[in-house]
Amino acid sequence: MKMNKKYSQLGQLLISHFKEIIREPGIIFWGIVFPILMSLGLGIAFTQKQEVIRKVAVLETNDSAVLDSLLIIYMSDYADTNRMMTIENMQTGNTSFEFIPMNWHDALIALKRGVVNIIIAENDGKIEYRFDPLNPDAQLSYTKLNKYFITGTPVIIENTQNIQPLTLKGTRYIDFLIPGLLAMGIMMSTMWGLSYGMIEKRSKKLLRRMVATPMKKSYFLISIMTVRMTMNFIEAVLLIVFAWLVFDITIQGSIPALLAIFIAGNVGFAGLAFFISCRTAKTEIGNGLINVVVMPMMILSGIFFSYHNFPDSLIPYLRTLPLTMVADGMRSIFIEGAGFDQIVTPVAILMIGGTIFFSFGLRFFRWY
Amino acid sequence: MVSQPLVEVVDVIKSFKDVKAVNGLSFSVREGQFLALLGPNGAGKTTMVEMIEGIQFPDKGDIIIDGKTWHNHEEEIHRIIGLSLQETRFTDKLNVRETLSLFASFYGLGRDRVEEVINLVNLDEKRKSYVVNLSGGQRQRLALGIALLNNPKILLLDEPTTGLDPTARREVWSILKKLKKEANTSLILTTHYMEEAEQLCDYIIIIDHGKILKEGTLDQLLITERGKKILEFTLKEEGIKPEAFPDNNSFNVQWDMDKQKGNLELIKFESQLPKFLNYLHTCGLTLENMEIRKLSLDDLFIDLTGRHIHENE
Ligand SMILES: Nc1ncnc2c1ncn2[C@@H]1O[C@H](COP(=O)(O)OP(=O)(O)OP(=O)(O)O)[C@@H](O)[C@H]1O
Ligand SMILES: [Mg+2]
Repeated sequence: MKMNKKYSQLGQLLISHFKEIIREPGIIFWGIVFPILMSLGLGIAFTQKQEVIRKVAVLETNDSAVLDSLLIIYMSDYADTNRMMTIENMQTGNTSFEFIPMNWHDALIALKRGVVNIIIAENDGKIEYRFDPLNPDAQLSYTKLNKYFITGTPVIIENTQNIQPLTLKGTRYIDFLIPGLLAMGIMMSTMWGLSYGMIEKRSKKLLRRMVATPMKKSYFLISIMTVRMTMNFIEAVLLIVFAWLVFDITIQGSIPALLAIFIAGNVGFAGLAFFISCRTAKTEIGNGLINVVVMPMMILSGIFFSYHNFPDSLIPYLRTLPLTMVADGMRSIFIEGAGFDQIVTPVAILMIGGTIFFSFGLRFFRWY
Repeated sequence: MVSQPLVEVVDVIKSFKDVKAVNGLSFSVREGQFLALLGPNGAGKTTMVEMIEGIQFPDKGDIIIDGKTWHNHEEEIHRIIGLSLQETRFTDKLNVRETLSLFASFYGLGRDRVEEVINLVNLDEKRKSYVVNLSGGQRQRLALGIALLNNPKILLLDEPTTGLDPTARREVWSILKKLKKEANTSLILTTHYMEEAEQLCDYIIIIDHGKILKEGTLDQLLITERGKKILEFTLKEEGIKPEAFPDNNSFNVQWDMDKQKGNLELIKFESQLPKFLNYLHTCGLTLENMEIRKLSLDDLFIDLTGRHIHENE
């Protein structure tokens, strides 16, 4: 008897969607390589604090000798060609100030570009500081400079025994960053992968070609979402393994709870992605819609820096953003040792929200 | 035995905002019949076939397929039709065999049928090529293969050869001719190409602005004009205006100023031709080139609409 195995519909749909993703090098790069590079870059930039060099613009006046002599009074090394002043500190790392003579015009440009954040000048035999009072970094420069100019100690050794550096696992920047990157990965991969993929299929008329067969629409949707979620899972595992190998990051809380928030995040964003892609056949419009959803959350949800930098009145609203829920939930498990109890609410909201968006999307879905 | 029509379209109307895309079309297709819907851009061909395919829905009128309407019979109708849309871009990074297997799974078919179809549409050598790397003709053949997977009773092809070079076009035609010989499939084909309709179809419907202009077999369409010949000519002189050929009882010249080309219909060329040549002589005009040919669908179309089917040719 001749073997003629019939193809299973769901099986073929799953295989096709999976191949479609893994054969696109761009998808692999943005989904897997990019988050890892980002964690590597940011992790290194913010963990290895050795020597901090702060550049200071020194205004050249007609009588620049006055300022120079003023600085010499305070700093023995200043007369040297390198024009540096170093504050040694065992606990927080050394800080060096480099003084760069400039005219007013150049100093302003350097300030605008962020090369320097403070400009000092001489006025009536005193040192005058100019900086943006809203810039905390400039304030720090000012405080330090002012302090040491007043005491006039030439070689400065800060003796801050009262500082106990926290290098415990879970308190480093990388510990804050990785759960955020995981949450962001779910959002980005789902929104771009699912929404854009669907809109593209519609714009290519592939969707209408497929529904002009006895294909089960539910199988199509199940397969496309299953494949996306599986990819998200692989992406997340790779990032966690990488962060564990390179930064020794650990999951302090419950792993099943982490899985729960991961799934809830996927459901939430899949619902949203499905909703925004339910009608349009234009990839340009799709692009815009996805950015409208993704961009605000990237900035407001505290992925890279805590949203507590935003005004207090905004914070309750920021916490209702889906990305914030996922990121906070993951962080609480990774670094605060949280379990199921602490994430029940966000998990429920994400699941229900995702389902509601999904049903609306299905209601208005344009297959043709 | 008189077979009941497989597809019956009755007084179908479909409008978009201010355009009546299909404005009262009626026709039917019997088993094994090949039907061409011929018309220029915007005639309403795609709208009409997509309504038969269940992708668009008529405002008024009925479409009956194998005795059923789309309402409540979606699944059954999907199983007996095969189609290719005017433009479908299949997934770039799936190869020919994978694309066919995916669609085969929708019909519950297996590997054997996929292999048969790859053979049928001559894509053996390309079975492992990604869709993105196929030529235009190969993509059209893939689309045709997908349409043929389920051995459809009714095949609907929307401009299957538009944009292909003559060789690629002939390849598609030969697949369809083979199908006509070997299977009992009915075909509804839309096209701009007169030659395609002539080559493939038993019955031709010329439509424009959503209405039927004329219909019949090729012979029926040209019968009233039987015996007519067309004479096309160019002149050595330049800048000739249509006024150079005033109306007269013996012959009627249509002069195209832009192309500097004329043609006239010859019914009795033994008498008309000498008169025409004589006229040229008396006006001091010299023939550069001339050609006499049979009347074609193209001429019929110009007669019916006053324009060429390819507006910009
Ligand atoms: N979705 C739509 N919305 C608005 N107008 C439409 C739509 N689809 C078709 N039309 C209009 O209906 C008319 C018929 O279009 P249709 O696509 O059926 O023509 P066609 O004969 O297939 O042309 P072509 O040879 O260019 O494919 C055109 O005037 C077209 O602009
Ligand atoms: Mg068309």
